[in-house]
Amino acid sequence: MSATDAARLDVTQNLNPEKAQETAAVPEAGRNQPAVKIKARNVDFFYGPKQVLQGISADIRERRITALIGPSGCGKTTFLRTINRMYETVKNARADGELLLDSESIFDLALPHLRRRVGMVFQKPNPFPKSIFDNVAYGPRVHGLANGARLAELVEQSLRGAALWEEVKDSLHKSAFSLSGGQQQRLSIARALAIDPEVLLLDEPCSALDPISTAKIEELLFAIENRCTLVIVTHNMAQAARVADYTGFFLTGKLVEFNDTKTIFTNPSRKETEDYITGRFG
Amino acid sequence: MRHFEERLNELRLRLLEMGGLVESAVHLSVQALIEANVELARRVLADEPRINELEIQNDDLATGLLALEQPVASDLRFITAAIKINNNLERMGDKAANIAERSIALASEPAVTSLVDVARLGRLVEPMVHQALDAFVRRDSALARSVLSSDDAVDDMRNRISAEVVHRLEMDARNARPWLDLLFVSRSLERIGDHATNIAEDVVFMVDGVDVRHGHAVPAR
Repeated sequence: MSATDAARLDVTQNLNPEKAQETAAVPEAGRNQPAVKIKARNVDFFYGPKQVLQGISADIRERRITALIGPSGCGKTTFLRTINRMYETVKNARADGELLLDSESIFDLALPHLRRRVGMVFQKPNPFPKSIFDNVAYGPRVHGLANGARLAELVEQSLRGAALWEEVKDSLHKSAFSLSGGQQQRLSIARALAIDPEVLLLDEPCSALDPISTAKIEELLFAIENRCTLVIVTHNMAQAARVADYTGFFLTGKLVEFNDTKTIFTNPSRKETEDYITGRFG
Repeated sequence: MRHFEERLNELRLRLLEMGGLVESAVHLSVQALIEANVELARRVLADEPRINELEIQNDDLATGLLALEQPVASDLRFITAAIKINNNLERMGDKAANIAERSIALASEPAVTSLVDVARLGRLVEPMVHQALDAFVRRDSALARSVLSSDDAVDDMRNRISAEVVHRLEMDARNARPWLDLLFVSRSLERIGDHATNIAEDVVFMVDGVDVRHGHAVPAR
């Protein structure tokens, strides 16, 4: 079975929840497919009585970039936030189904352990009211990963990893708020990288940035792809096409189509996907 | 209708105009040859500049759409197919003009023309051109695929004509010119068939997202 066939089979399951339950086993990864890092099967999500995700099944591949696209309110950010249980701060929010990180259920992992393995970068850069150095050092300190010279080395490594080191190496002890928006977002990524996450979730990380800062972040994603699995929610279709290896299209709480990005943008199998990406939606 | 769709439609209509001119040029050039009709041949030559002009306009329009609209999915497949169809149509127009030129030279040699069945080759090629363009207009991949199967018959016919011309030249090498003109005409007709096949392949890609060139059947990905 080819990679594309396997991906299409996943989608078929998404579109037919009953069948998906009957055939919960997912096809073996194709010969050229990386291993599955996050496995979702029939994931539902509720805010109180309101269901906002229905039967989401997908394989997020290890050390690849997966983009989630779809109109506002379609559930893509909710799905992203389910992966690190960010929703738990919301009253009456509840997720069901099977969601595995490697072979462990995300719902059963201790939260600090999960958050260490699955980092997140938000739409709006959110530096702590601390120095640039202390922002990056925060995670390693909390998790007791390093101190002293080793901590300084880790901060430098993370800032280099986020392509920010050259710009801030002489002002590490200045406030993070002195940085530009694009720099602050790269600082957020450096902060996430400092605890060496296995997965990095990015929720519209470039939506507040200019094209130059956006290009820097996109290059950064390519650079860190070989060390962690990236899942990015974006409204920018061109960005999904540029950076992602795989793309999932969400609509009204369902994952309508999930496939390799080139197939999604040249020959999508679902009319809803075609209508959305060509701007004929609605 | 959105601005983008208006521009796509404009590209489609211009390709249709160009296709109409090319189909007519192919038909008239074959008629000019069969009927030794110099007037028809001159009409073909007079129409060619318009075909060339449309090629430039269509390329400009398609390139602009790619650069400014960043099309995806079926829009992207339509525009990439349109660029290739545009180029194939221009080449077909050129070949029709070549046939028209040769038919003017051959008009004074009706006996030679009647000895070799170029008309039959023309009758094989003309429907291919018509069907390829029809498939494009109707977005009909089944019709486009039927064009692909006609190409072998054209090649066989052209090979038979080549063998016949070689035979005639061996018999009478002193009167080589009209035979060489006929060989050239048969080659041009075969090439028109090849371009019609290319257009049909582009239509299959545009409609089904499958690349069927060179015997392949690979989904676009």
